[in-house]
Amino acid sequence: MIRQLDRYKETPSQTAGPYVHIGCTPNFCEIGGVYPHDLGSKMILGDVKGQEITIRGTVFDGTGTPLRDALIEVWQADAEGLYNSVNETRGKADPNFTGFGRSPGDMDTGEFTFRTVKPGRVPFRDGRLMAPHVTFWIVARGINMGLHTRMYFADEDAANKEDPILSRIEHQNRVPTLMAKPEGENAYRFDIHLQGENETIFFDV
Amino acid sequence: MTAPADDKRVGGEPNAAFREKKSAPGQTPGGQRDNVGNSYFMRDRSWHAPALTPLYKTSVTRSPQRAPLSFATTLSEETSPVFGNDTLGPLDNDLIHNFASDPAGAIGPRIVVYGRVIDEMGRPVPNTLIEVWQANAGGRYRHKKEGYLAPLDPNFGGCGRTITDENGWFEFRTIQPGPYPWPNGPNDWRPAHIHFSIFGHAFAQRLISQFYFEGDPMIWQCPIVKTIPTKEAIETLVAKLDMGATIPMDARAYRFDIVLRGRRQTLFENRMEGL
Repeated sequence: MIRQLDRYKETPSQTAGPYVHIGCTPNFCEIGGVYPHDLGSKMILGDVKGQEITIRGTVFDGTGTPLRDALIEVWQADAEGLYNSVNETRGKADPNFTGFGRSPGDMDTGEFTFRTVKPGRVPFRDGRLMAPHVTFWIVARGINMGLHTRMYFADEDAANKEDPILSRIEHQNRVPTLMAKPEGENAYRFDIHLQGENETIFFDV
Repeated sequence: MTAPADDKRVGGEPNAAFREKKSAPGQTPGGQRDNVGNSYFMRDRSWHAPALTPLYKTSVTRSPQRAPLSFATTLSEETSPVFGNDTLGPLDNDLIHNFASDPAGAIGPRIVVYGRVIDEMGRPVPNTLIEVWQANAGGRYRHKKEGYLAPLDPNFGGCGRTITDENGWFEFRTIQPGPYPWPNGPNDWRPAHIHFSIFGHAFAQRLISQFYFEGDPMIWQCPIVKTIPTKEAIETLVAKLDMGATIPMDARAYRFDIVLRGRRQTLFENRMEGL
């Protein structure tokens, strides 16, 4: 018999609840003076490489109602496809770009906004290049475990066609749920649907 | 006993006893790269709460209904933002004082929460940010959408954060939060709990959860707690009273350990896609 010694079970996830902003963006919810600024409120710290873009979107529940109590996080590579992380071994990422953003959404409409750069391409496990994408993570009241997905760019058709993740999705008619649509100059819209006909593809990764 | 002047940790010397200096195999010293190339173990979805848990009513319209897309982690999930100790202010891990204008601080039972962050292989997770938030001792959150009749404590904000040390240990000081009623069933109450958010070293490890307090009978009647399928899993969210680590005449200690997803240790050169 082979025993698995020293293996531990992951700490179970629980909902972030309605007051996640107290802990993660306290300045946003009027708890001032504790932290100088909310973590992830600025992704661009100075002169940044690449195309600066704005991503806006809304998270909708199964009735089509916008979530106004969610916390949305993004994690992405810089314009050259490098992550600002200690685990990045391929080179040094743009020091003026954090790659991490966090938005509490607008208090009234729930719309989130990220001021960021268009990411470069990052290799897949086998070395093929993935299309430019931004990792999204959504937590809120009623969501028992943070929802992980990716935003791709609808105007990167050639790269999207050869993306190793997008191409293995069985229901290709759902792929558009992962596409940010251009919305004016240097701006994109990425709405997220938790349920319904346009339910976003979420990842178990 | 007093803390050294430059020791920003709460409690000072007595808490040093918390930090056994035991090194584990495969340990990652601060700032060193993890072994990129090995994917993270898949989440055990039967261990976690499912998305749809009707007794927690809000989940009904917020739970995805289609199966999630599974694939082995890539660089996008094996990297993560880094927050150094320069992110932290001196009172960030002291919720008793970090919002208070009165030097006496917040009202409520004084506690120190400490523990260790490891991964599924038992390796410590050093230098990772933990954020916490909670209600005050009366069970009231400082939030404009919160309407519970218990009053705000003018000296309690309810948020704090800390970073694990080189061996994965963390600690913070706060007051024990109160239980409170919430709109779900006609008479549902949350047990006393503290919310926490942790990053780990890879976005695949990102986790938000809540921990509870040993001996609280409210734990076992809570619809949110009961979204988790097994008692065994729920018990891993219960902090244990540790009188040995208590700071005499000051604060009781609760121990709470966190386990993040782990990854294979062996590097396979010719890894098949999806393995």
